[in-house]
Parts: sequence; structure tokens; C-alpha cells
Amino acid sequence: MKPLTLFAAVAIAFSAPMALAQDGPSAQEKARQGMMRIMALNMGVLGGMAKGEVTYDAARAQKAADTLVAVSMIDQSNLWPEGTDNDSSMHTGALAAIWEKPDDFAKAWMAFGEAAKGLQAAAGNGREALGPAMGGAGKSCKGCHEMFRAKPK
Amino acid sequence: MRLIRWLIAAALLTGAAFWWLTGPRPLPDDATADLVGDAGRGETVFWAAGCASCHAAPGAKGAARLVLAGGYRIESPFGTFVAPNISPSPQGIGGWSTQDLANALIAGVSPDGRHYYPALPYTTYTRMTLQDVANLKAYLDTLPPSDSPSAAHELGFPFNVRRGLGLWKRLNLSPDWVLEAGDDPQLRRGRYLVEALGHCAECHTPRDALGGLDVARWMQGAPNPSGKGRIPPLTPDKLTWSAADIAYYLETGFTPDYDSAGGEMAQVVENLAHLSAEDRLAIAAYLKALPGPAAD
Repeated sequence: MKPLTLFAAVAIAFSAPMALAQDGPSAQEKARQGMMRIMALNMGVLGGMAKGEVTYDAARAQKAADTLVAVSMIDQSNLWPEGTDNDSSMHTGALAAIWEKPDDFAKAWMAFGEAAKGLQAAAGNGREALGPAMGGAGKSCKGCHEMFRAKPK
Repeated sequence: MRLIRWLIAAALLTGAAFWWLTGPRPLPDDATADLVGDAGRGETVFWAAGCASCHAAPGAKGAARLVLAGGYRIESPFGTFVAPNISPSPQGIGGWSTQDLANALIAGVSPDGRHYYPALPYTTYTRMTLQDVANLKAYLDTLPPSDSPSAAHELGFPFNVRRGLGLWKRLNLSPDWVLEAGDDPQLRRGRYLVEALGHCAECHTPRDALGGLDVARWMQGAPNPSGKGRIPPLTPDKLTWSAADIAYYLETGFTPDYDSAGGEMAQVVENLAHLSAEDRLAIAAYLKALPGPAAD
């Protein structure tokens, strides 16, 4: 191998992983973030009504809560491949703890499912019923983010 | 010969001055003598002051956060501090008087007359009323005991010499308020909750080289002491949420766009959710009244 070719080979070998790291988020990371955005959007519908910023509308509240329950039923098993934690990837706040404590992570996700069911049951019962159910949902969001998410940059 | 004598005298004087400057300065012996604590009010003090964030066992949830067994590790550039057991038990602070608690929180001095490290945020608690210390003591006495032994801090020289803290306290321990609040009762209440109990500034204000809070940059955000990322600024030029949004965040953890609190702030919200809606709004009013960074 000529020195220049060797240099080129080494340069390519080093630059290839760099290039990969600078590509956008992986399909799984995008899917996770989209899932979270759907959750935030529908939480926003219910929270706006609970806070009194938006007029309470039973049908709209019910749709938002039903959507949250639907999101809680998305199969998570192919969303979290190894190497998509925020030590390995610059596109995610997912902490390595997710892979180190899979049982705790699964529990935290199930807690969201329970909270979403609580919202589903309360959504049609008037504005006053939304407050406590939103409190429970907030608790499940924090409970998971406290252990498993780095603060977004 | 005369020079040596002079040198010895100078050394003795310096030593005496150091000893005098670094000595613990507890409260007057009768400071809390006439106070009767109210456990109900003490519960509000407990949640507003965030005691459980450090003194509950790491990972404790719900009612388990009332068992103040200690064990939480605070990593800092000076070493690692381990929160002690402060439950009402022989391993905790079962034998303490209200005076002992007042000395710890307001003067940073232990019952045996030694300096505490400011990992216990007495630079904040020093602004507490003695009545609230008595209320807190009454509430702490109602909590479940834990027999977990307290672990030692992990500090290297010179930070393991407690006596040196006397100098640090002379520079950094002041009961003066930071924000001028006038006589607006909501703003005064917010200031008390933030500057005397909530110790928001301990993370949200940058520190100087000696680890003291840089009051000139009050609440302007700071590097995370644990090393990763930054703690966000709370001044109204940066935190542009409405007062109602701030209060709702402190209650539920939801930001205005329905992201949620994470990390250590999740614990803070867990605590502040126990306060009244008026108290959360008072904190929000305080944050809205903060001055922005000085133009330069």
C-alpha cells in the first residue's frame, strides 16, 4: 500500500463513524420523539381545559384521553435498540439507565398506561375531574423522566 | 534571638486570629426557649424546604419519602457529600431539641459545636424564622424512625477540615434578603419560600471559585455541579412563561408545551405539589420580579 493510499484508508476509517454520528437521529429515535410529541399535544388539550385556558369540551377531552391510552399501547420492544442512549447518540436524551434497569423502565412506562386510563375515565366528567387525573399523569411523566431522561439541550 | 521571639509571637497571634475567625457561632442559648411548634405548619415548611429531596432514601416514592433515612449523594467539585439520617431515631436526630435544629439550619452548627458543610443549604435556611424551625421540628417528630446509620462524607484535604468552614461562612452566610420585595404580601411570601426555604438559588445561581453563591448573578443559571449540562436561568428575560404557567409547572411538572420536569427538578415538583396554590403563585410572582442580567 502506498503511503498516500494508506493515509486515505485511515482517513476514511476514522471519518466514517464520525459521519454516521453526524447523520440525523435514527428511525427509532425519531419514532420515540414523535410518540412523545403526540403525548404532549394531547396532554396539552386536557391541560388547557384543566387550567381553564380553553373551554371544556367533553368530546374533545375524551378523544385526547383515548389517544393517550392508544399511545400507551404502542409496542415498545423495537423502539429502544442498544446504542440509542445519550452517551452514544447526540440526538436523544434517553439515559443509559433505560438499558441498565429494564424492569424499572418497563414499570415506569406501565405507570403512564395506568395514568392514561385514569384520564380516559375522567375526561368526560367535566372540567373539575380533569385536574386530579392530570396530576396523576404528570406524576407518571416525571417519574420516568427523573430516572431515564437527560435534560434536553 | 529577639527576631525568633517576635516570630513566635506573630505565629501565635495569627493562630489565635485564625482560631477566632473560624470558630462556630451558634445562636444565643435561649433563642428558641419560648417557642411552641405547630406540626401542621411544619409540614408546609418541610415540603417548601425540600428536606425529602436529599434526606429520603434514594429512589423512595410516595409515603416512603417521609422516612428520612439519608443516603443521597451530592457530588461536587470538593468531593461527595452523603445526606445523613434525620429521622426521629437514635441514628437520626431523635435526641435533638428545637435549639439544636435552629443551630443546624440557621447557624450551620451541629449540637456538638462543629461546622456543618453547606451541602446542608443553611446559607438559605439562615433566613428562616425561628418559629418555622420550631414548626418543622414538631413535624419531623411525627415522621417514621429509621435505623439506617449515616455514612461519612467522602472529601479530600483540605476540604475535610471542618474548621476552615468558619472563614467560608464569614464570607457566605448572610441573613440579608437578595430581592427587594417592598410591602407586597405575595412577593414577600414568595421571597420567603424561595430565599429562606426552597433554596432554588443553590442550583440556579452560579458559584464563585470558593463555592459561594455569586449573588450579583442571582438565578441566572449555572453549570450543573454534578458535571453534566447546565441548570437553566429563572430570570424573566429567559424564563418567559406566565406566572400561571410557572405555578402549574410547580404543581404538575408540565411545561407550557407539555413536556415534563425530569432529573432533580422532578423531586422539587413532587415537594411543591404539597403546597397551597397561593404559595405556588407566590413563588411564580417572585420569579417574575427578578431583575435580568445587568447590561454591560
